[in-house]
Formats: sequence, C-alpha cells, structure tokens
Amino acid sequence: MTILETSALNTVQDLGRPGYRNLGVGTSGVMDALALRVGNILLGNKIDDACIELQTYPFVLRLDAPASLVVTGIDADIEIDGRAILPWMVETVAAGQVLRVGAPRTGARGYICIAGGIEVPVVLGSRSTQLRGGFGGLDGRPLEAGDTLKTTGTTLDVAGYGALPPARVLDAVACGDDAKVIHLRAMPATDYELFTPESRRRLWDAAWRITPQSNRVGYRLSGAPLELRHRVELRSYGVIAGIVQVPPAGEPIVQLADANTVGGYPRIATVIEADLWRLAQARIGTRIRFHECSFAEGVAAMRPVDAYLDDLRMMVARYRASARCRAGIKSGDKA
Amino acid sequence: MKNDVARDTRAAPTISMIGTRAMLFEAPGDFTMAHQRRIWSLMDAAQARPDVCELIPGVTNLMLIFAVPPESPHDVADWLRHAWDTLPERHIEGRLFEIGVRYGGELGGDLAAVAAHAGLPPEEVIAIHHGSEYTVCAIGSAPGFGYLHGLDPRIATPRKTVPSLNMPAGTVTIGGMQAGISALTGPNGWNSIGYTDITLFDPRKQPPALFAIGDRIRFYPESIAP
Repeated sequence: MTILETSALNTVQDLGRPGYRNLGVGTSGVMDALALRVGNILLGNKIDDACIELQTYPFVLRLDAPASLVVTGIDADIEIDGRAILPWMVETVAAGQVLRVGAPRTGARGYICIAGGIEVPVVLGSRSTQLRGGFGGLDGRPLEAGDTLKTTGTTLDVAGYGALPPARVLDAVACGDDAKVIHLRAMPATDYELFTPESRRRLWDAAWRITPQSNRVGYRLSGAPLELRHRVELRSYGVIAGIVQVPPAGEPIVQLADANTVGGYPRIATVIEADLWRLAQARIGTRIRFHECSFAEGVAAMRPVDAYLDDLRMMVARYRASARCRAGIKSGDKA
Repeated sequence: MKNDVARDTRAAPTISMIGTRAMLFEAPGDFTMAHQRRIWSLMDAAQARPDVCELIPGVTNLMLIFAVPPESPHDVADWLRHAWDTLPERHIEGRLFEIGVRYGGELGGDLAAVAAHAGLPPEEVIAIHHGSEYTVCAIGSAPGFGYLHGLDPRIATPRKTVPSLNMPAGTVTIGGMQAGISALTGPNGWNSIGYTDITLFDPRKQPPALFAIGDRIRFYPESIAP
C-alpha cells in the first residue's frame, strides 16, 4: 500500500516491545491495545500483528494489492473510493482502491488493521516505531506521503462482519452524567502518602483537564497543583504505562506507551490496565476523573475486557465458518 | 495505604504495587554500591521466577513486571524480603570506559547553577566530577542511558524544576546524587555540565546498549569553557 496523505505522528505499531526495558528501551506499541486486538481478531491475524496507528487526520492510502482490512478505535467518516464504510467492520478492498479516514467523531486514535499485518522489519523483538530511539516501524519515523508498506496477508474469503466497539460493551465506572468526563480507575501508588491529605482528596475529587502537552509519551493534566507534605528527591525507579507522576509544579502526568522506562518524580497513583484504552481515546481538552480502586478491583476489571475479546473470537470463528459453508467453500480451502 | 504491601521503617524495604502487574521493591537506606549489588542479586533471583516477565532495575530499587497479576502480592513481597535479607551482594567485574568531556560552554549550561548550589567555583566542580570513578548501577529512562554511582556529594544537585526541552544526546549530567550521560536528544530535567561524543545505544548491535550494569567510568577533561 502507498500512503497518499498523512500529517504528523502516524506510525506503525504492534502490541509493543517487551523485554528491553532493562536497557532503557520503552515498550512503545499502540496506545489502545484493545482496538488493535479487536482488529487482529476480526482479521484472523496473530494477536500482535502490526497496524497503522492514526493520531492526525485525514489519512489516505492506496491499496496496491487486494486486501482485507478494518479500522478500529474511532468512529469517523471512512471511505473506500468515496463509498462510506463503517469502523469496526471488515472490508475487502481491490487493488488500486483508496482508503480515506477522516477526523474522528468519537475517540482519538484510529487503527488501520490489515489481514496479515503490516510487514516491517522486527527490531529488538517488535515492529513498533520507537520514535525517541529512531528505530522500529518504518525506519524509526512517522509515516509520510509517498511511503509504501507491505503486508504478507491475502484477502479473506468473507467480509462484512465486525465488532461492537468496546465503549458500547464495556461499562465505564458508573457515576456522573457528564458524557464529556472520562472516568478512570486508579490504584494509589508508592508515594501516595507523601502528599498532603487535601491533595490526596483532590486527586479523586477534581476533574483533570488533558492539556495540549499530551502525546504518546504521556498526558499532562491541569488542575490545582497537588502538594507534597515535604519535598523529596527520589532515586530513579521503573515506570510503566498508567503510572501517575507529580512533577514539582504539582500537575500530574500519566505516563503512556512511549514513556521513559525509568523516572524520578513522586508517584501518586496508577491507572489500571483495564482502563488505559479509554485514556488512549481521550482527546486533548477533555476532563478525566480518577476513581480509587484496590488491587483486587483492578484485577477483576480485566475480566469483562477478556470476556469481550473471547466472545469476539468465538463470534468471528462462527461467522466465518457459516459464511464459508453457505458459499460452499470447503474448510481448509484458501480464498 | 491500601495497595502497599509493606510500608514501614527505615530499616526495612518498601514494597508497593504499581497497578496490577508491577511491583516495586525499594531498598532502605542510602544510595550505596553495597545496596546496589544486593539489588543486582535480587534481580538475578527474581529473573528465575516463572511469574516475572520483565525486570527494571533502578537506583537501589527493582521493578518486577508480571505476565498476569500475582495471585497474592503478599507472598511475592515476602519472597522479596526474604531474598533481600539472605542473598549475598553480587559483584560484577565491569569494563572500564575512559570518557573525554568538554566541560562548560553552551552544552554544559547548568555548570554555573551546579557551582552555585555547591558553593564552589566551576573549576572545582569540574575537578571533583572527573576525580571520581563511577559505576553503572542501572540502565534505563532512555535506550542505553546509565545511572552512575560515585558522584561526590559536594556536587550533588537536585533535578531542575523546569526541564530543558531539547538537551542533546551526549550531555554530561547531574541529577540529585546520580550522574549520567544523556543517551537521546530530548527533554531532560538533569543539570548539564559538559558534553561528550560517545553513542550509548545502537539497535543494530548486540547488545544494543554500550554500557552494562557494573561497568566503570572515568571522565577526563578534553576542554573547559568558561
């Protein structure tokens, strides 16, 4: 496929690059891992096949060979040669056709998933672009118009099926009636008790605004500063996606996919893994509320996510089997 | 604190959950090489645990990342505490790197601030900096960045309140009691005192990082700018 139109910061990503954090190499990978998993399940891909992560729009590409694809993560105007298609639905596209993804109506990051995955060299165990290190993905950089990407995949013999978006299936924490506030569950972290009681209360009570200084590295939040009981100079410690750090100015930062592996600011809380996709889809300017949760609640919160993916796997297998049966394709035949 | 497995006195380690799949072990006491060598031992022992999928050694601390949330964080914490109390220090015979530094000037722009904080003239800060031998305690933050032990406490300087937005790779830095050489160009909250040309990370090499834990570093002045 050839990229015809793109703007800043659209990259090739997979589920990330584990195993090199002890050398300072962050995991990278998609911000919304749930959206990529859904795309890969729908297409019968390996779960960690690579996709194109979109953060800026419009994005236009031409398929130079027939392909099956699905766009997940967002709701947006998506067209193939001017014909509207739905997000979260598998489509088969002929050679020469043009896919256009417009600005999202809901969500922030779109994922173009292709049967067979995006084929770029595996660097240190992953196809994800490491922007800071300048490696992985396509030459370690964001995509540009004129770039070509390959896939090893062929078209699927059935299309026209899809997934219900996670936002429709997975309940957010039930509270408040302002749809513009995103609710995230978080566990108090190592330095929670070092903050003043008033600041601890405010962490949970305030609606924090996502500032424009937010990107794949982390989201900077604005609100009344959180204060430590006394100043501390911490020794550098390991960082993972979801950790909420508070720099001296007092406004929290949620570290995300491109975070440094190690940091030194006080840690007040950690957004649980089950809610990280909600943050990945939160736009600049929206407000977020943190809800305190325990370890057990954080673990339990993954169950509906896992069940959603398991159901999807089963549904896709059944749909494809019955569609093939109707079409008289013997099992084991390739399209 | 709800999610703290153990939080207590100065003599005991602090162990806390960071989300559901990561646990942080922090050694009590000062930033000493003895403590860091025990962290290295703990890292080796934790590597052998089947539930651990990744380890991030820090400065007198260690983060364990689990493949799935641990059944009982308390059991893992007990195991860590026992290992900490019983394991011997791990001595690593590291390589010695001798690194020339262009001290001061534009690329060492915080030298004056470090000197002011230390209450010493810049020349003395420089002499103290290259007068010590440093040990790579941990690699992290950016690809290939080494956290160095061995900084003379006289020139220890807190991280900056407002980070530099675009500090070049190769900047020789001080962050609190830690010393370093920045591995990538980008935002950085440490104090810059000089510059060197070495490349700390190359993803095409095996291993990709120039430094490994236990390596030793000596700096020498290539030039000194006012």
